[in-house]
Amino acid sequence: MQTKRAIFPNKFLPYALLAPQLAITFVFFFWPAAQAVKQSFYKEDPFGLSSRFVGLANYTKLFQEPDYLNSIGRTAVFAISTTGLALILALIFAVAVDRLIRSRNAYTTLLLWPYAVAPAVAGILWWFMFNPTVGILPYMLDVVGYDWNHRLNQTDAMILIVLAASWKQISYNFIFFLAGLQAIPKSLKEAAAIDGAGPVKSFFTIILPLLSPTSFFLLVVNIVSALFDTFAIIDATTAGGPAQGTNVLVYKVYQDGFIGLNLGSSAAQSVILMAVVILLTVIQFRYIERRVQY
Amino acid sequence: MVQNNTWLNALTHLILILGIVFVAFPVYIAIIASTRGSFDFLQGLVPLLPGTEAIENYSRILNAGVSTSGAPPLGLMMTNSLVMALSIALGKIFISILSAFAIVYFRFPFRTLAFWMIFITLMLPVEVRIMPTFKVVADLGLLNSYAGLTIPLIASATATFLFRQFFLTVPEELMEAARIDGAGPMKFFRDILLPLSRTNIAALFVILFIYGWNQYLWPLLVTTDSSYYTVVMGIKRMADVADSEPQWNLVMAAVVLAMLPPIVVVIGMQKLFVKGLVESEK
Amino acid sequence: MSSIVLKDVRKVYAGNVEAVKGVSIDIADGEFIVLVGPSGCGKSTLLRMIAGLEEISSGEVSIGDRVVNRVDPANRDIAMVFQNYALYPHMSVYNNLAYGLKNRGMAKAEIDRRVKEAARILEIGDYLDRKPRALSGGQRQRVAMGRAIVREPAAFLFDEPLSNLDAKLRVQMRVEIKKLQKDLGTTSVYVTHDQLEAMTLADRLVVLNGGSIEQIGAPIDVYDKPASTFVASFIGSPAMNLIDAKADASGLAAAKGEGLSGANAYGREAYVVGVRPEHLKVLRGEAAAPADAALTLRMKVKVLEPVGAESYLYGELPNGGASLVVRVESHETFAIGEMVTLHAPAKDVHFFDAQSGRRIEG
Ligand SMILES: Nc1ncnc2c1ncn2[C@@H]1O[C@H](COP(=O)(O)OP(=O)(O)O)[C@@H](O)[C@H]1O
Ligand SMILES: [Mg+2]
Repeated sequence: MQTKRAIFPNKFLPYALLAPQLAITFVFFFWPAAQAVKQSFYKEDPFGLSSRFVGLANYTKLFQEPDYLNSIGRTAVFAISTTGLALILALIFAVAVDRLIRSRNAYTTLLLWPYAVAPAVAGILWWFMFNPTVGILPYMLDVVGYDWNHRLNQTDAMILIVLAASWKQISYNFIFFLAGLQAIPKSLKEAAAIDGAGPVKSFFTIILPLLSPTSFFLLVVNIVSALFDTFAIIDATTAGGPAQGTNVLVYKVYQDGFIGLNLGSSAAQSVILMAVVILLTVIQFRYIERRVQY
Repeated sequence: MVQNNTWLNALTHLILILGIVFVAFPVYIAIIASTRGSFDFLQGLVPLLPGTEAIENYSRILNAGVSTSGAPPLGLMMTNSLVMALSIALGKIFISILSAFAIVYFRFPFRTLAFWMIFITLMLPVEVRIMPTFKVVADLGLLNSYAGLTIPLIASATATFLFRQFFLTVPEELMEAARIDGAGPMKFFRDILLPLSRTNIAALFVILFIYGWNQYLWPLLVTTDSSYYTVVMGIKRMADVADSEPQWNLVMAAVVLAMLPPIVVVIGMQKLFVKGLVESEK
Repeated sequence: MSSIVLKDVRKVYAGNVEAVKGVSIDIADGEFIVLVGPSGCGKSTLLRMIAGLEEISSGEVSIGDRVVNRVDPANRDIAMVFQNYALYPHMSVYNNLAYGLKNRGMAKAEIDRRVKEAARILEIGDYLDRKPRALSGGQRQRVAMGRAIVREPAAFLFDEPLSNLDAKLRVQMRVEIKKLQKDLGTTSVYVTHDQLEAMTLADRLVVLNGGSIEQIGAPIDVYDKPASTFVASFIGSPAMNLIDAKADASGLAAAKGEGLSGANAYGREAYVVGVRPEHLKVLRGEAAAPADAALTLRMKVKVLEPVGAESYLYGELPNGGASLVVRVESHETFAIGEMVTLHAPAKDVHFFDAQSGRRIEG
């Protein structure tokens, strides 16, 4: 790993500098994570009076539980739709803004602010728009003959949270795509134009390949965000319903733990999610380091 | 480049205007709703034009709150959010810049291990390890306190990583020149590195302020005393009333107020924020 | 002011890269030493060990009469000028100069006096309030110099300080640095890969190759008597012609191709024979070389390169022999493919060992 070629020779100072962050990381990350791992091997009664070692039973049970398998499926549907929607729309907006010169800054400002909106608030905004009694969208859907009700219909509920999550994520992706586009040397686009490539052709043969590092980065970030930031959106709107229809993995950890008081199972789910995140982090890091090196 | 494609230009603007409508529409509806009286919702459709009760709604929500929800006045919750967002942003910047300095400018046993211990937490949000973290905070007696709201969220790798990336781009010779000029590590840090990091610190502040302000699950869990409620979680309490429709005009007034500070920060510091965001992930 | 002594100094980087392989140099008080060599030969590493920025793997560095191996850079009483200047971007020019003095707890009035004095010498007095980013490359270079001289150190260390300047400014600053160093009389170690810069600045040159010293000496001695084929080709431009030759009692012959003849000066069977482009005379047509010629070469002309005051004629020995270059009058013209005869007297012909490349002398 990189350092400076010349370094300060102090022996103890670096440890003192790292101490605050490492202390907090240890107390609030590693210790709880270790507790989760430990807990995932125990079965505890809901009142915390007794617990016994059950080995991998919490894990094996999870994968036989229809609710958990259902939750994996829901998570996949949610993550893929949100990521796809947010990436494609953001890319379209970024390419459009990148074409403009005078109005570029104005459009950028008008498109990036949703980044600042809390996921929970984003959820409430869309929940309000889709509210079956007073919402504007169900009213419009009713006109075309669709009876919207995310309180009863699982698909409607899923569409609601996908829209809310993508709406929130687009601005983030847009910022990165735009930065990526602006980093492409103008001479390349000009060379393509001289070589007779029209706008569409040059987009697919020049721009998109050069954006692939950005796209890969965003893909990972979007997946992670779809896995976790969703929590607030779901809790503020569907609360996992109807009938588990939007009970994604991260929400289920919370439901089974805090509401269902099934601590062993919740811990096992935590451990699985942590493993997934750590894996994604390492992939991302390998990739970042490779880019930083030169 | 000469681009004389009128159709393409028109299409570009059309796409962007549709995009802006898509992102702005939910907020427009919220703002409209926040200006109406509570009876306006009874015909079963959100009004699309502003009403006359804006002042009434906003002053009521700020000073009194929604009586049925058990949430305190929004003014108090906004203050709590502000305290939380500022503490998290400043705390993260403080501990991160120190650890990045240690990692980049020193070589010592377990350096790589320390880096990985920090880095592994980069994308590990509190939601995943919610039960045991909650237990640690409860055991430490930090429930219903600002410390409990903020400290567990202060350690995360994003800021450390940004500073590390930035320090790696600072020319080697600057530190060497400073050493020859008689500056020790902390003097170099204070006199050279910190001033050079100003832009990064400001950009990071925007990102972390938003992160802190927008926290939802954590305040939901560690606060049961309503005087510690933050606004983002408080709204949910307001909207969540059993057996009846929420008071939409008041809830939407709260939503608008909850969005306002972070949006103002982002738009006000747009350049810095975009730079900070893009660089922290490079 | 003081002398600098390096005793068998070595540097081994992590991963067993031996960047400096046992270098010993005695630098006299007030001397201007230039370390010169191709990129990657260990010049910077050596300089940085003198500065204290790089740990010394073995050997000894003394400044004055003090061994400084374990002394912090700040306490070695040296000042350094970096290639990229390393000015503190957020400080004014004044503070850039003053920073090192402040850190040493010098009185404000004395700092002010020294900064003003350095600014006067370097003619940067008008920019003292500016930030480095508001200066041109040449001005930044002066500020970097100023930061070194305010300190009034025992020695200046320069690491390619002119490489970031354009050619014209480089020549101008070169002259100024030399004058400044003579005026101040401060011992200086100067690193460059540019042989011309090295020749013009140095009291003594240290030619480095692959972490070892090839030759130490006054520039003109190194030019006149290069200690090895490496030095011969590195110092001087265009580089010395080096031709593999075989020899017997009857004299020299080209190892590859033909057209080389001369005296077997040291009675060996093989040499590398060297002669500088500026020392060769050109005969056209079938004219014969004079009797005192110690080396005669036939060359098939390939390219004529005029540079203004003179021209360089490139070609090779007939039948696939070594490439050659010779300096000619600026207005002379040659036909491509023309055969010419080149010759040089004994004093201008260098003999090197065919295996080791070391100079052979009687
Ligand atoms: N920090 C380092 N770690 C490993 N090898 C290095 C390091 N710094 C320099 N080197 C190697 O040491 C050799 C000499 O480097 P340097 O002194 O910078 O050469 P120069 O200044 O003559 O161009 C090079 O081969 C270089 O790759
Ligand atoms: Mg060098």
